[in-house]
Amino acid sequence: MAELLTSMAKYAFIILIVFYTYFSFAALRGKNQNGHRAALELQGMIMFLIHLIAYALIFINTKDTNVLMLYAAQVGYFIITKSVFRICYGKKFSRPLLNNMCMLLSISFIIIARLSYDKALKQFVIVAAVTFICFFIPLFIKILKNLPYLTWVYCIAGIIMLGVVLVMGRITYGAKISINLGFFAFQPSEFVKILYVLFLASFLSKSQSFKRIVISAVFAGLHVIILVFSSDLGSALIFFIVYVFMVYVATGQARWLGAGAAGGTLASLIAYKLFSHVRIRVLAYRDPWSVIDNEGYQVAQSLFAIGTGSWLGMGMYKGLPESIPVVTQDFIFSSIAEEFGGFFAISLILICLSTFLTFIKIAMAHQSMFYKLTGLGMGMTYAVQTVLTIGGAIKFIPSTGVTLPLVSYGGSSVLCTLITFAIIQGISVSTTDTLPEKEDDDDEDR
Amino acid sequence: MRTDREIEIIDTPDERPRPKKPKKKKSTNRLILNTTIAFTVLFMGMLAYFVHFEYSDADEVINSTYNKRQDILAQSVIRGDIKAANGEVLATTNVNGDGSETRTYPYGRLFSHVVGYTSNGKSGIELFYNFKLLTSNSGLFELMYNDLTGNKDKGDNVVTTLNVSVQQAASSALGGNDGAIIAIDPDTGKIIAMVSQPDFDPNSIESDWDYIVSQDGNTSLLNRATNGLYPPGSTFKVFTLLEYMHEHPSDYANYMFECNGSLTVGDSSIKCYNGNVHGTESLMDSFAYSCNSSFSNIGLSLNLSNFRKMCEGLLFNSKLPYDMTYSKSSFELNSSSDTFETMQTVIGQGKTQVSPLHLAMIASAIANDGTLMKPYLVDHIENYENKNVKQYKPEKYKELLSKEDSKHLSEYMKAVVDYGTGKRLASDAYTAYGKTGTAQFDSSENSHSLFMGYADNGSKKLAICVVMEEMPAGSTWAVPAAKTVFDTYFSH
Repeated sequence: MAELLTSMAKYAFIILIVFYTYFSFAALRGKNQNGHRAALELQGMIMFLIHLIAYALIFINTKDTNVLMLYAAQVGYFIITKSVFRICYGKKFSRPLLNNMCMLLSISFIIIARLSYDKALKQFVIVAAVTFICFFIPLFIKILKNLPYLTWVYCIAGIIMLGVVLVMGRITYGAKISINLGFFAFQPSEFVKILYVLFLASFLSKSQSFKRIVISAVFAGLHVIILVFSSDLGSALIFFIVYVFMVYVATGQARWLGAGAAGGTLASLIAYKLFSHVRIRVLAYRDPWSVIDNEGYQVAQSLFAIGTGSWLGMGMYKGLPESIPVVTQDFIFSSIAEEFGGFFAISLILICLSTFLTFIKIAMAHQSMFYKLTGLGMGMTYAVQTVLTIGGAIKFIPSTGVTLPLVSYGGSSVLCTLITFAIIQGISVSTTDTLPEKEDDDDEDR
Repeated sequence: MRTDREIEIIDTPDERPRPKKPKKKKSTNRLILNTTIAFTVLFMGMLAYFVHFEYSDADEVINSTYNKRQDILAQSVIRGDIKAANGEVLATTNVNGDGSETRTYPYGRLFSHVVGYTSNGKSGIELFYNFKLLTSNSGLFELMYNDLTGNKDKGDNVVTTLNVSVQQAASSALGGNDGAIIAIDPDTGKIIAMVSQPDFDPNSIESDWDYIVSQDGNTSLLNRATNGLYPPGSTFKVFTLLEYMHEHPSDYANYMFECNGSLTVGDSSIKCYNGNVHGTESLMDSFAYSCNSSFSNIGLSLNLSNFRKMCEGLLFNSKLPYDMTYSKSSFELNSSSDTFETMQTVIGQGKTQVSPLHLAMIASAIANDGTLMKPYLVDHIENYENKNVKQYKPEKYKELLSKEDSKHLSEYMKAVVDYGTGKRLASDAYTAYGKTGTAQFDSSENSHSLFMGYADNGSKKLAICVVMEEMPAGSTWAVPAAKTVFDTYFSH
């Protein structure tokens, strides 16, 4: 009986997620939100259905009644979250983005609960608490008119946070740095991603003279260098790419992309020469099979999981995701591909892409340069992080030890991603209300 | 006063005349759009890579002994068959009335090492093609149907390059003696036969297991053809000869030696086999008669560091181009070795250790104008309805020897058969080339009997290595065994 249910569920998941993915792209087309109302309603239903089926299987396989409580709490969470946004922010918030956020969280709740109930519970508590804070963020963005002018607050706060970690952080897996807050180990570099984008958006939206680009490079470089010294090269790479493209968009000059590409290549070569863990990752990327006992072990296990799962997946509880190291974080995608299959995994990648495009669409609709750049910067942060995680798990690129936003287990990551989504909602909500940005030279250097 | 940004944006080309404000907005959005396109392309690249991985690489990747998922797959797939090149079933799974499965091996002990076993762990093809056997290419709809009805999928079959009659000939040629025979098609690298004795019965391995492992010195699970390491004996003179040819490219044919049955240098002495006295002999005679005195003499004249370099180029102290398990051959001689070790090593005694697989590879390279084709055991994978799903193609490993070298070595190896220690290989059906060996493996007179070489009938070739343990002489034991295999192979 359980066998049959597992098999049927496997196909149901694939069909449902493919429809969901189709709707998420359909929702991107055109300006008229009402035209897609039916699609958006269906998306919500699909999310609940996948969540229900998956938790039924988790319960059948674990016989743990706590799972039922967790399920009920999560359903409550989704309903409240969706309702609060709808009631408080009316028509202007982005429903496609909210749907994607809930869908990704739902996949996260499912896969983490399948791997470990304790982690699932912990993750859910963090998500619920952070979401409560996030309810207010769009409101703040709407009413706080001086957010675009806090340039140096963002910059100095970010650099201080990174500096603190550099001094007193502890090292895990050779790269990730965190401060233990008791309930979870907080990774400031995750939060600084937000401050950093706000700093760049604020600084670059005022003036794009060569002098200012140089100044921005100095401070962006300071962030990157601290991250490099903290051995957090995945974050350093994200910061670097985001900087280069934000300068490109702010100035409209493609030469900054060229300079970025040249600088990035040079920096990668230096990092390769300087850091043994970079060389290990590259070695594991180029030929994991020759070093399968050591450096290549993670990537090889990840590929075994994805390859064995094939297109249709092994079915929930039919795979061996426990054999993949750091499966709940860096390699969460591999465990999804193993048990839910390649079609599901492709849909997941496309949902991430549609989320990125929704970010961009919201950014482009806003009239102020600051919020355009903020939306773009956060969108790129999200996109690069997604590509680094999934690309690393499938050996598209060397694994960099970053997590899949909203899906991976980890308090700091989900905290910062939820805040990012809330900020984007805030941009969406403030789009028509905000007056065109004032061009005020006096604010430039504050 | 205009800001720098406005100046910049006005500079960006945009032919359509428009009011200032909307133009500025459009321009930034255009740049955002460009950036978005770049990132979307990156996503699509990753997606394409993922699809490519699932579609074409995944099958190879998961077929690794490091993948721990075989037991999971075995729950939903009936293990496929292993077949010989002509379709004879070497291993199959019978499903019993109660749904339990039994793996049976219709040829019993004949293919025990090469095909392997599946209980108490796995070995041979059963191990290395485990995932292939547990993967079903029955078609998506049949797979889905089985999935939903709870039926097991039928796993794919692995079709080997092995020839049953040649394998039988090789097995009977060993005649119950410990040893190994491996035969390779030099043109393709296909392994035609691989026999190792003592062997075991894979049908009863489960019940025999405790007995086998409890016995001290029971080596019946060891595949001697790939994992056995032996002193090469006089077969090593092929390497010594080649180095001498390299060091005397124009006048090696002028070499002459007066053999009086032994050679003494300082306090080191080497005797010819059985105390034979070969008299006045050329280089070819020395090789054909396998004269130890003459070869020790040659060996002492060699540049030992060049010799070592050449041997390492011929796969000593290095990995072999072979996918399944094997033991690495070793060659210890170096420029600081003393006279005695040098004299011993050049005639195949000393510390040199070689596997039958390695010697067969060298013979195969010589037979194929110096180019070694990578030896392989599996010709293709087919689904349970015999539809080919993956074809393995011959793969060139490397030009181990130059064309000239292989031609010269072939001439000398032919002399061995024409008038030397391999005379018994003379046949009307094919021309044989080879080198015999009698390898002492301890200080007493106990020795292994070896042969490495190949035969050619104009349309096909077969390279071979025969090792028979604790048998007196290569010429009397290993050579007839090789002949039995050649006769069978060329009679088809």
